[in-house]
Amino acid sequence: MESTVTSAPPATSPGTQANEPERLTFPRIECRDINVFYGDKQAIFDISLPIPDRSVTALIGPSGCGKSTFLRCLNRMNDTIESCRVEGQIIMDGENINDAAIDPVLLRSRVGMVFQKPNPFPKSIYDNISYGPRIHGLAASREDLDGMVEKSLRRAGLWEEVKDRLTAPANSLSGGQQQRLCIARAIAVQPEVILMDEPCSALDPVATARIEELIDELRKRYCIVIVTHSMQQAARVSQRTAFFHLGILVEMGETDQIFTNPRERRTEDYITGRFG
Amino acid sequence: MTNLSAGPFRNEKALARLRKRRAADTRFRLYGLSAIGFALAALSLLVFSIGAQALSAATYHVVKYDVVLDAAVIAPKGKDTPDQISRNVDGFYSLVRENLKDTFPDARDDRRSSRELGELMTRLAVLPTARKVADNPTLMGQKITITAPLNDDLDLYLKGAASPQKKVKLGKVVSVEAETGRTYRLAGPAAFKVIESLVSAERFEVGDAVDRQSILLTTGATTGKISDVTTDSAVIDLLTGNADDFKGATPVARLIGIPQSERNVTDQQIAWTLALKDMGRISRVPHLSLLTHTDSTYPELAGALAAIVGSLLTMFVTAFIAVPIGIFASVYLEEFAPRNRVTEIIEVNINNLAAVPSIVFGLLGAAVFLGFFGLPRSAPLVGGLVLALLTLPTIIIASRAALKSVPPSIRAAALGVGASKMQSVFHHVLPLAGPGIFTGAILGMARALGETAPLLLIGMVAFVADVPSGPTDEATALPVLIYSWSTNAERAWEPMTAAVIVILLMFLIVMNGIVVLLRRRFERRW
Repeated sequence: MESTVTSAPPATSPGTQANEPERLTFPRIECRDINVFYGDKQAIFDISLPIPDRSVTALIGPSGCGKSTFLRCLNRMNDTIESCRVEGQIIMDGENINDAAIDPVLLRSRVGMVFQKPNPFPKSIYDNISYGPRIHGLAASREDLDGMVEKSLRRAGLWEEVKDRLTAPANSLSGGQQQRLCIARAIAVQPEVILMDEPCSALDPVATARIEELIDELRKRYCIVIVTHSMQQAARVSQRTAFFHLGILVEMGETDQIFTNPRERRTEDYITGRFG
Repeated sequence: MTNLSAGPFRNEKALARLRKRRAADTRFRLYGLSAIGFALAALSLLVFSIGAQALSAATYHVVKYDVVLDAAVIAPKGKDTPDQISRNVDGFYSLVRENLKDTFPDARDDRRSSRELGELMTRLAVLPTARKVADNPTLMGQKITITAPLNDDLDLYLKGAASPQKKVKLGKVVSVEAETGRTYRLAGPAAFKVIESLVSAERFEVGDAVDRQSILLTTGATTGKISDVTTDSAVIDLLTGNADDFKGATPVARLIGIPQSERNVTDQQIAWTLALKDMGRISRVPHLSLLTHTDSTYPELAGALAAIVGSLLTMFVTAFIAVPIGIFASVYLEEFAPRNRVTEIIEVNINNLAAVPSIVFGLLGAAVFLGFFGLPRSAPLVGGLVLALLTLPTIIIASRAALKSVPPSIRAAALGVGASKMQSVFHHVLPLAGPGIFTGAILGMARALGETAPLLLIGMVAFVADVPSGPTDEATALPVLIYSWSTNAERAWEPMTAAVIVILLMFLIVMNGIVVLLRRRFERRW
């Protein structure tokens, strides 16, 4: 779990982009031919997507295009939907995490997730953060746990605001604070990847700006995948962008390139607001 | 087209439509209000009728008897062990009867009067005294006061429930002349005018039937029965006391509506009771024995203790079985079960089960628990098992609703930080659904508490004279006690039944109160 990114073999990288900047070294997660079915209905078609480490990958596309479904494949949250079936390989650290042999519980401790609506547990702030470390046995002692809670809250930029009221109910926080608390909760289990499913869609612009700053900060340590409906947000926070449409990955590449010089007509139509 | 000058806010057609809509709105409000009014009226009628009935059973009349505990009577040779003393009803009762005969010496010579006098108190009412003396033999030979309930019919008479009665105060009696035997002629100018006109009025209403009604004339401890009355004089048969007491007194006359032959209490007994009351030996006290006594064939001695304990034991068994099974079943069905045909069939059938008449569960219990497993009849254990089957669907349905109301985002949050399915359920979902689940469980238990039919079928309708000490003892339950008391013939059972209904309602109100409290304190809005 403590393995660092550099230990991943560069050989798994297919090197899709020739002129990648330095930070996009090699994919942290490599998705190959992902197909997702809800019952008989196919939601995602043959998506192959490398996700680079220590950067933000934005998934954009109109509603119902499968971006959230794809995101949920990465920590196997789709397992909880009974009729959902995921085919294909998702390689992380040389292992196919889409394999039945991989325990999703273990996977989710390495791939954290932040949801669309802030969903803190209706407990204290402290309990929200400490729950993950506690069930995974990450803290040896009470002091250890306190340290983890503080570190997570600091990283989520919430420590200064809540340090005096850790026992206050999490629901008493504002929406933006709650979402940062959820980010802190995800960080607390020491993941390597953080998935964010429209994390700002329920927040006001000020709180959104705060979260975006935070995402920018977090990308120095984590591999982040974010689903967003806001093109501006994708442009602001991400380094790479993937455009989904009707379950197909239409185009992916450097965010700058996607937004300034898209290769595909559909991408251009979407980002210029002609549909979606 | 409408006249443009009228403007859109003056459009006649639109205004007419609006009026119609308003009228419909008002009508609907009225329907709703009248529905609520009807429901409230029905409820208050129920509460008042039962409450008024029960109120008369909330107190009852007890009589004091000063007796000397004569060892020769209550513990004769060969019957003097504490156990025998505690069961020597005849001995103790004869003490009481002697006391009554001393009070009313006239009744001593006549066998019939003597028997009637003895009926003022039920023989078994001496049992508590007998037990007390058996436990504490030093009381032997001492003078004690036995307080025992008055005969239930006389109790009803004193409460005014036995017969319609008109009570009037008469004028001053001047002279008392003895005629033959115990017959006396009382006279006083216009002394009897009130009762005379009352009788005339009554005669006008019911005809000659008035001649069969009794008129009792009472002053102090003396009572006579009027056989002939004019405005200035009356002929009485002395029932008890001393006729000379009437001289100079202003007696009270009672016109008792039901003829003596049609009531359970004789004029003579009423006279004695009035005399005892005048002596201050009868007092109206809270009817605590309703809560501390077990069932009896005599209403004045009967109480609901055995049924209360039986109900509690039954509820314990029910709660112990139905609540955990219900919670686990609902958690499994709601959180873990795969959505397929089998689960669907199970769900539909659980819902159907909630609608099965309770008597069917009783039959099932009788066949399976008594017939197949050979469990004891009339036992709270079996009652609890049957009621557990009965409440299980209710609890499962309520628990599932509570689990469903926990938003999926909580489950996703728990799974998202790497909790297993079970951890997410037991650490987060179940605690959040807890108040809802307990609400359902308590409501289910409240339903079970009021169930009668299934308990009848497994024999919990038995007459139980001892407080059950465990779930396998013979017992009965509150609703069954209500059922069996309500089928008793004697009038005195009626208020007693109402009183037990009130006790049962109290239990239900407490349970529902807990539900309301739980909701208030822990209900969460998402």
